[in-house]
Amino acid sequence: MSQLKTSSLRAFYGDFQALFDIEFQADEGETIAVIGANGAGKTTLLRTIMGQLACDRDMVKFDGRPIGDLDAHEIVGMGIAMVPEGRRLFPSLSVEENLKIGGYCGRRGSWTLERVYQLFPMLAERRDVPSMALSGGQQQMAAIGRALMSNPRLLLCDELSLGLAPVIIKDIYACLDVISDEGTTLDIVEQDISRALGIADRFYCLQEGRVSLAAPAGGYDQAAITQAYFGI
Amino acid sequence: MAGARVERGTRASQLWAVGITIGLAALVAMPFWGDPGDMRLVAEMAYYLALAQLWNLLAGYAGLVSVGQQIYVGLGGYTLFYLTDRFGIHPFLAIALAGPVCALFSIPVALAVFRLRGAYFAIGTWVFAEIFLLVVSIIPALGGGSGLSLTPSIVRSISSNRAGREMAIFWMTLAVLVVVFALVYWLLRSRHGLALTAIRDSEPASASLGVDTFRTKLLIYVVTAFGTGFVGALIFLQKLRISPEAGFSLNDWTVVVIFMVVIGGIGTLEGPILGMLVYIALRELLADFGTIYLILLGAIAVAVMLKAPGGLWGWVVHRYDVHLFPVRRRLRFEKPD
Amino acid sequence: MGWVNIIIQGGLLGGLYALFAIGLALSFGIMRLVNIAHGDFIVLSAFVAMIVSAGLGISAIASLAVVIPAMFALGYLLQRGILNLTLGSDILPPLLVTFGISVIIQNLLLEGFGADIQRLHAGAIETESVILPGGIAVGVFPLLVFVLAVVCIAGLQFVFYRTGLGRAFRAASDDPDTAELMGVDKRHIYALAMGVAMAFTALAGVLFAIRTTFEPSSGPIRLIYAFEAVIIGGLGSFWGTLVGGMILGIAQAIGAALSPTWQILAGHIAFLVVLIVKPSGLFPRTRD
Repeated sequence: MSQLKTSSLRAFYGDFQALFDIEFQADEGETIAVIGANGAGKTTLLRTIMGQLACDRDMVKFDGRPIGDLDAHEIVGMGIAMVPEGRRLFPSLSVEENLKIGGYCGRRGSWTLERVYQLFPMLAERRDVPSMALSGGQQQMAAIGRALMSNPRLLLCDELSLGLAPVIIKDIYACLDVISDEGTTLDIVEQDISRALGIADRFYCLQEGRVSLAAPAGGYDQAAITQAYFGI
Repeated sequence: MAGARVERGTRASQLWAVGITIGLAALVAMPFWGDPGDMRLVAEMAYYLALAQLWNLLAGYAGLVSVGQQIYVGLGGYTLFYLTDRFGIHPFLAIALAGPVCALFSIPVALAVFRLRGAYFAIGTWVFAEIFLLVVSIIPALGGGSGLSLTPSIVRSISSNRAGREMAIFWMTLAVLVVVFALVYWLLRSRHGLALTAIRDSEPASASLGVDTFRTKLLIYVVTAFGTGFVGALIFLQKLRISPEAGFSLNDWTVVVIFMVVIGGIGTLEGPILGMLVYIALRELLADFGTIYLILLGAIAVAVMLKAPGGLWGWVVHRYDVHLFPVRRRLRFEKPD
Repeated sequence: MGWVNIIIQGGLLGGLYALFAIGLALSFGIMRLVNIAHGDFIVLSAFVAMIVSAGLGISAIASLAVVIPAMFALGYLLQRGILNLTLGSDILPPLLVTFGISVIIQNLLLEGFGADIQRLHAGAIETESVILPGGIAVGVFPLLVFVLAVVCIAGLQFVFYRTGLGRAFRAASDDPDTAELMGVDKRHIYALAMGVAMAFTALAGVLFAIRTTFEPSSGPIRLIYAFEAVIIGGLGSFWGTLVGGMILGIAQAIGAALSPTWQILAGHIAFLVVLIVKPSGLFPRTRD
């Protein structure tokens, strides 16, 4: 049984339909890339899984349990966490407080403050500074660390590379390997196709709210992706 | 291919214009057919409607939720009493001056309270109303805490007999109502109206498009003070007496006015009419039960805000799509024949 | 000598104003909600204490054991049942709904208790005083109120900056949607915050009603004092609120010394001066 499965998933912003009958699934421990152009519905897909955008109860199942009608704060406790686009650290909280609030739901597991600092030693050095005093890359690390503090079995990552220098992106993706080795399932939304496919087992390509291609990440056909990405 | 044209008027609005003209004519003739008690009620409805429309312009269109409009009701009233008593100015001229005086006072007030945003703006205006009340209470020339009365000679200068005076005040109140409606209507249909809508929807966005939000808001605030002062002078011409507590009364000049606008439909020209009617009806029906009508009004206003923020008129529009005062430009597609 | 006395008495009065202000500062700080009915809840608490102390035959101070939890529960339910529905980008709904609630409370109290002036009693402590070095007599009760204000603010400061609940409050204030991603149920957290705000309001209301008389229409001016203390102190700073309350109290005391009619006006003038000279207040923390 797949860990996460969506069936005929539809989502709306007001009257505007953003997702059309998405069939998406991820098995335990897999790393999945979700690629697509701007406005294709990648972030919407993550937000809907996470409960930030409403959908019908049976459209999203986690371990076979329908969770489509739950709120984000309930879903975190079940073992899904998200690193939101733009990092969204809490400005009035220090770095360490940001990490601690990540563990607010109280899920136990292997991730603790110490282990997060082990993974990102730079955060340990700056634990008491306001979160906004960190560099962009450090903020991204803090955002990932914050999500890990809830000990998720499924981690949703939205545009980790946004606005970061290539060398820092490389560091961050190296950390994703560590996280994946723990057995955590990863769903990675990325604009940077080669970066995403380099780490993923499988990928989904979205185009205008629909899945235009779903395939294993290795040995993909460049032409097919271009077709699925741009629709040309 | 169907053509499209931009229009403002609707069939309903044209019928409404005819209806209003007839109704107004009937009211103007009321001194010849109505009894004095009914005339007083109609005059009260008229000035409440004027106050409601002005507050609606301020809060519903410009987003300036003031809880301190009683400043200008009281100030307008005091202007009338002070000018007639001190300088022997004819009451009609004094009423005409009440608007400009209030507009003048409103500028420094605006410059201070505009430093506060949103809800804090609301309480800031309230603090100013308290300040006006306290300051007026300690000025001996304004009668201090006990206030002023119009002297008999001034009252007689309006008309030598009571019926004539009541008739004159009645007509003036109707005239003020028409002027206020015309003013608000004209403002909303002018380019300021578009600017207001833009500011209400997003202040930063409209500022970036070149709308001078500060000046537009200041203009609306000052115009509203002008109109409110004018109405205030008329209200106290009818009452013949003013005191700080009566002139700067939060309950009488702001609380019930806010309820009227909210219940009728904030941000519409039609809403305050309905709200005023609801207020008067509840108050008259529950006249024997103390302040129950206020509790009921408050509860209705809360329920409206939670369940139907468009108010009664919003419900009517939703249901029947009628617009009596067309301030919006509507795109109409013509049916191909 | 006289002036030192006036400033001390005014500063102590400021403790009460700071207690008025805490609830307002909390609900604004966490949910950007300005509760127009805040002053009426202060007065409502005093009436509840009056009933409780009469009903159980206990002093007004002892009645706090009932009034504080009761007002906490009322605050929680009010936020959960009504005020959460009004939150959003439009400022009108929360403003007008709390405005409506204010009028409802005032008139219900008027219907229930009439317009008579009331007072709570706390026994001998009301009239006792101590002599400070320098020969200035200070009432024990005003001193107690001031100390309580300091303790409350220190406690709030601790909860806000040292505990998990405080982190959740600050996170929900910064970015409610992202706080939800952390497992923070914002509707519950907001309701808790309003409950806490109302608990402080209850304390403030009872202390106020022991210190001076009250009636159903006493609320609005207390909202204004609370508001002035918050704005003078600067939005989002609890200690600033205490300083704001003290400045307001001292201004009023100086005004009263000049002439009784100047007491309240002098407070408003202090507020106006700060608003014009430093609109963000003396110790600003949050921006809205």
